[in-house]
Amino acid sequence: MTAQTPAGTEATILRVRDLRMHFPIQKGFLRRTVGWIKAVDGVDLELGRGQTLGLVGESGCGKTTTARCILGGYEVTDGEILFNDPELGWVDIASISKDEMFSVRRNAQIILQDPYGSLNPRMTVLDIVGEPLLINGIRGSEREQRVAELLSLVGLRPEYMSRYPHAFSGGQRQRIGIARALALQPQMVICDEPVSALDVSIQAQILNLLEELQDRFGLAYLFVAHQLNVVSHICDRVAVMYVGKVVESAPTGQLYDRPRHPYTEALLSSVPRPDPRNQADEIVLEGEVADPANPPSGCLFHPRCRYAVEQCRLEEPELRPATAGHFVRCHLADDLELMGVSAPAA
Amino acid sequence: MTAETMTVLPAADATERLDTASQWQLMRWRFLRHKAAVVSLFVIAFFYAMAIAVEFVAPYDPNIPNVFYQYAPPMRIRFLHEGRLHRPFTYDYVQSRDPKTLRMVFAEDEEQPHPIRFWVKGDPYRFWGLWRGDRHLFGLENPDARIFLLGTDELGRDMLSRVVYGTRISLSIGFIGVILSLALGVLLGGVSGYFGGTVDLFIQRMIELLQSLPQIPLWLTLSAALPREWTAIQIYFGITIVISVVAWTEIARVVRGRFLALREEEFVLAARFLGASETRIIFRHLVPSMTSHLIAVLTLRIPEMILAETALSFIGLGLQAPVVSWGVLLADVQNIRTVASSPWLFSTGVCIIVVVLCFNFTGDGLRDAADPYTH
Ligand SMILES: Nc1ncnc2c1ncn2[C@@H]1O[C@H](COP(=O)(O)OP(=O)(O)OP(=O)(O)O)[C@@H](O)[C@H]1O
Ligand code: SF4
Ligand SMILES: [Mg+2]
Repeated sequence: MTAQTPAGTEATILRVRDLRMHFPIQKGFLRRTVGWIKAVDGVDLELGRGQTLGLVGESGCGKTTTARCILGGYEVTDGEILFNDPELGWVDIASISKDEMFSVRRNAQIILQDPYGSLNPRMTVLDIVGEPLLINGIRGSEREQRVAELLSLVGLRPEYMSRYPHAFSGGQRQRIGIARALALQPQMVICDEPVSALDVSIQAQILNLLEELQDRFGLAYLFVAHQLNVVSHICDRVAVMYVGKVVESAPTGQLYDRPRHPYTEALLSSVPRPDPRNQADEIVLEGEVADPANPPSGCLFHPRCRYAVEQCRLEEPELRPATAGHFVRCHLADDLELMGVSAPAA
Repeated sequence: MTAETMTVLPAADATERLDTASQWQLMRWRFLRHKAAVVSLFVIAFFYAMAIAVEFVAPYDPNIPNVFYQYAPPMRIRFLHEGRLHRPFTYDYVQSRDPKTLRMVFAEDEEQPHPIRFWVKGDPYRFWGLWRGDRHLFGLENPDARIFLLGTDELGRDMLSRVVYGTRISLSIGFIGVILSLALGVLLGGVSGYFGGTVDLFIQRMIELLQSLPQIPLWLTLSAALPREWTAIQIYFGITIVISVVAWTEIARVVRGRFLALREEEFVLAARFLGASETRIIFRHLVPSMTSHLIAVLTLRIPEMILAETALSFIGLGLQAPVVSWGVLLADVQNIRTVASSPWLFSTGVCIIVVVLCFNFTGDGLRDAADPYTH
């Protein structure tokens, strides 16, 4: 953990501890701060080299904000984002200098959620994919050659270089985004719902491409998704988020087999199963997702939890280890027998 | 993974052209589909070309009076003399006094045709106040005869020459005013939108204050405050500034709004995550994304400025004779009786209407074409 750890020797590449990101709510003539949106309010993650960690939760639970914080997109409110940089060793992105962050960006990249908005429509593919190269001083024909290689790597023809994004379909645009993220040969890539905006038929192609690239370059992925079924095949571990907090994190098989948080159970119950006779009753969550600007007392999930007891309303549960490598944020974690699904075929 | 790629492999030439079309090409294609805008753009180009070369285009000096031709109606260009085809010519006027009304009336002297020539010698001038010349675009072969295609005013000055000279002042006020407002608006709007926080707060409140003042009284007060002893040039720039004082606020709002919206765009964020510097983000991502839109907004502002100058000069607070601007010319036709008896004096008004409409059409066309990625 100390900065002295020799680079690249540790198996962990990213360790996030109790990350918090609160956005001010401003009102009135002088824009006074009248409250805070606790978009991220207690996220703990650990990602191994070459591994995939899924980050799952409903829309608005703070996944994108977490991803952006990890890449230094915001001044975080609190917490540590420790990144094991191959050149710098362990650095805390939450309190890093500008120069160091510039260097970290060569090793930590992101594929954005929206394949339409994330490519500048006024730039050619060469300029888009070549932008990180240009920023790092690679110009002219060398840059062109690198872009051509990257395009073939993601399954696009290098001749497409002179085209503008409007010439491409959603899936192809996401490939361009992937090529851009890989341009500097990073070690860790955050994939922020890379397929949720795409047609189902194309989703599988992009997921396969990501897996191929992972095998080839030993990439570590933080894979954000809002449904558990997307991550089941590709993730080694899964962290489940609810209203800014990680409520459960465990190896994928364990989480599916034996979830320990009622929210995870509810998410799992809606995953379609291969055997229709084995279909469990879907647990329909009552009530609204808690408002991150005005969260309920105690456990944030208690207004919707079917197991809630008095304690849940009063005390906020901590993220505690249930078994080795399995963390849960629930008072009743040890007492409940929750329904899982049989482990997904790996 | 290759299935999707395969389906789009061969590209026909037509789509290839579209696929590699830049923003400006797409914009041009879309603009060209807007016929009214294209025609208007040509009309505007025509007027500005005229404004650049007024000394040459105008057949006479706009300020030289001629007692023999007071309130002379427009002359007609004729092609038939004594029943035979003749090169284009005019008949001069002979005037006599109407015995009943005692007014001067003009009749054409059909004895003597005066052929029209191009590139003729005429009143001497200094082009842009610098280079001497005496050639005019067109005029009569006979230097003693006169051609008044738009008639004359009270002092017998050629209306056409006066309207032509007016284009220079009036159209350039719109143009310079817009550039001035653009500079102010982009600077303050950009700073406001980019830095946000207290700076933004301060600039926004200042803009709201300026915009909450009623525009016309503000103009009146400011132009009335310009010192009377100023030279024509000083007054000209003074008026331009007065007009821009209000106009920049609108541009600043547009720039700020765009900056704020663009700052949140995913592709800007993506550039930031790639390690792009602030300068790179501003000049490579933000500015190119707003120029097209800004050009459209500016085009729609110019006619307002032209009208503002006209209005100020009309009520005597803007430019004043001997400066020749469209507003000054309109001020001459304030009297309803002169308009009724000499309607040709209103030709300035027609020019103003045409130019303003053309600017609006062009601006609309540009605005529709400005964001080629919406459809
Ligand atoms: N810059 C910001 N300022 C204020 N509030 C924000 C900001 N960014 C996000 N939020 C709020 O934080 C919460 C979490 O947003 P976030 O985009 O991280 O969710 P998400 O899990 O990625 O959702 P989705 O699945 O829809 O992408 C939302 O309530 C959002 O409104
Ligand atoms: S702490 Fe209580 S309310 Fe929260 S998830 Fe556990 S049982 Fe449900
Ligand atoms: Mg998101």
